[in-house]
Amino acid sequence: MQTGLEDQLGLYQKRIPIFTRSVKGRFRRFKTSVLVLAYAIYFLLPWLPWTRLDAPAQAVLFDVPGRRFLIFGLTIYPQDVIWLALLLFIAAILLFFVTGLVGRAFCGYFCFQTLWTDFFIWIEHEIQGERPARVRLYRQPWDREKILKIGSTHALWVLASFWTGISFVAYFTYAPQLLADFFSGQAAAAAYFTVGILTLSTYAAAGLMREQICTYVCPYGRFQSVMYEPETLAVHYDARRGERTLGRAVVRAGRGIVSERRRVDTHSGAPVAVERRQAQMSAGQRALAERHEKGYGDCVDCGLCVQVCPVGIDIRDGLQYKCISCGLCIDACNTIMDSFGFPRGLIRYDSEGNLAASTPAAPKLHWKRLKIIGYGVALILMSAYLIYSISTRGSFDRAVNQIRQPLYVVLSNGDIRNRYQIRITNKGAQEQTYEISARGIPEAAIDLGNFREIAIKPGHSGLVQASVRLPPELAMQTRRFEMVITPQGKPAEARTETVRFDSPGQRL
Amino acid sequence: MSEQKLQSQTVQTTGHAWDGDLQEFNNPLPVWWVYTFYATVVFAIVYWTIYPSWPWGKGWLGGLSDITYVNSAGETKTHNWNTRALLLEDLNQAAVAQKPYFDKVSGMSYAQIAKDPEMSGFILSSGKALFADNCAACHQAGGQGVVGFFPNLTDDDWLYGGSYDNIHQTLVEGRRAYMPAFSEVLGGEQIDQLANYVAKLSNIGHDAAKAAAGDALFHSETAACFYCHGGDAKGRKEIGAPNLTDNIWLWANVPTASGEEGKVAAIRGVIANGLNKGVMPAWAGRLTPEQIKVLTVYVHELGGGQ
Repeated sequence: MQTGLEDQLGLYQKRIPIFTRSVKGRFRRFKTSVLVLAYAIYFLLPWLPWTRLDAPAQAVLFDVPGRRFLIFGLTIYPQDVIWLALLLFIAAILLFFVTGLVGRAFCGYFCFQTLWTDFFIWIEHEIQGERPARVRLYRQPWDREKILKIGSTHALWVLASFWTGISFVAYFTYAPQLLADFFSGQAAAAAYFTVGILTLSTYAAAGLMREQICTYVCPYGRFQSVMYEPETLAVHYDARRGERTLGRAVVRAGRGIVSERRRVDTHSGAPVAVERRQAQMSAGQRALAERHEKGYGDCVDCGLCVQVCPVGIDIRDGLQYKCISCGLCIDACNTIMDSFGFPRGLIRYDSEGNLAASTPAAPKLHWKRLKIIGYGVALILMSAYLIYSISTRGSFDRAVNQIRQPLYVVLSNGDIRNRYQIRITNKGAQEQTYEISARGIPEAAIDLGNFREIAIKPGHSGLVQASVRLPPELAMQTRRFEMVITPQGKPAEARTETVRFDSPGQRL
Repeated sequence: MSEQKLQSQTVQTTGHAWDGDLQEFNNPLPVWWVYTFYATVVFAIVYWTIYPSWPWGKGWLGGLSDITYVNSAGETKTHNWNTRALLLEDLNQAAVAQKPYFDKVSGMSYAQIAKDPEMSGFILSSGKALFADNCAACHQAGGQGVVGFFPNLTDDDWLYGGSYDNIHQTLVEGRRAYMPAFSEVLGGEQIDQLANYVAKLSNIGHDAAKAAAGDALFHSETAACFYCHGGDAKGRKEIGAPNLTDNIWLWANVPTASGEEGKVAAIRGVIANGLNKGVMPAWAGRLTPEQIKVLTVYVHELGGGQ
């Protein structure tokens, strides 16, 4: 049956603008400190100098043409890609671990989308004023004031986006040189392109799209939802306390006290004692007692939690997929509760399990779960291995490959020859000479041509051909032997590679 | 709050009505989609302007962009942008980048190259590519050759000599292996005797009586083997006559033949039928002198030279 035209829903919903009210509190302070710290690192790190012999004096430099990452005293070459893989694994497991414990903490406090949106909202707030002023400005016609205020907001956003782009590119080339080149038109095309893309995308994502990125674009928000468990702490509205039997009610001043007086009259207790007790109760406690008696919940329906929400939801509707758990509604609600003298925590970090329990306990971290402990152990093991691997890295890389075409050669007197290619990469900062020797075969059996020693410049590789010649009887007994590569003057850094020796008729 | 907003957005109609109540939906495409579409149209026009696009007369519109490169001869070439010119640009860039190394190679002696680690690295990588392009079809990727057809370059037996100069001459002038078919001058019995003698030289199982007769025949004017292979049967490098006393086999497939009889039969086949198939082409003119020099060092390195 076809429904009437008037019942058809539009498939495309226009964005409803969100004007967030600023708020003070614990979570706001935490978010601000994360923002300041993250921005300090992101924007200042490329300018940190670091003395190097063979590279620009920049502490963190991703030298793509030179195929190396310079991070303080550490030089990372493409063959160390396992570290990057480990780092990404650790980041993923850390996300799972934290989400299982305290929900979407990454989204609410650390995600760059959240940080940049927060910063852009701050700019908006500084220029256009608090929420009511911004709503008024939004509704008023395009007069001089609106053009000036909206225009300068967008101009500042573009400027911030542009500097975001510049700072990103500064990680890939010597920053002071980049700045000079960029504004004189001398920088590489890739630099202009990257800055352009990042300016546009930052402006669009943090200025125009904001919560739509989290709601429609970001996949992490979606899959973090499946990591929630009943024990997971998340931002919750305590509906039982807030609604009671009759729901929310707006506070009317003075009513609480009148109600208490009446109660004293109707009850046959000792009036003096009751009055003494009431004197000890604060005005807030008395008002609350009155609300409870009438069946109203603690929520005064001020709507502040909705006004401060950067994704435009009402936390009182329950846990929802749009919530990035930034905690600003907790700050807002606590402010209101304080002003009425009601206890804090109507909106708080709590677990679904605890909220549904018949006797809710104080919210606490439930980490004694198989999943959390599993993630924790994986996190510790991988981080330990990464640190171990980086701290015990060699000053050089080596690869000894047996030449497989042919695997062996029978020589004119019947001897068997195998050949090997040895590649040594100097990862140190100075030119280094390497000595190559063999263990497990007679010393005369190995022929390294002219390169028993090879000097290699920093960051470069050297290639040496070794051929090993054994008489047939010895060849049949020798399945494996060792190649030893020793940096001259540093016997402690010697590395040994076990290689095969093949001969005809030999079976493994 | 947002749910209410959604409810109020009902679909509009075009306003036409037929047969009294038949109306038409007006479902405009989402704004973002429409503008993305317009953007792709603009992109296409910009693309046509820059790159080759439409057929035009007997040719095509070339587009405004072009490719300029300097070839290894130092000439500047400009083409309309196309993928073939892009390839030429890449090839020439590689050639220009390699030029200093090849120039350095032509100015160095073999002994100098062998002692220079940087040049050795260059020879190993560029020589490998040159060898794969030009030599590997016969001598195989690793230079191990094929018994019965193409010599193994990785062993220590050098038919025409294993010095740098010998190898260079082989590459420049080419080689041709020849051995007459002795079935035309000798009987089967004599060929069998010679085969047993050659087996004895290499310490392979043989008939001692036949080998003794073969020894005499080898050094006689009848067979005259010693003319080429020498009185001691160790061959003569000037004419590429192989050493018959070592363990290396090129033409007679002795290593894989089964049993004493089989190995002797393989030798007998070569003596009876002779050889006229070992042709190494001359590479002068096909490769540049620098490339031949690189290959000389590379091949010398394969077997260790002499």
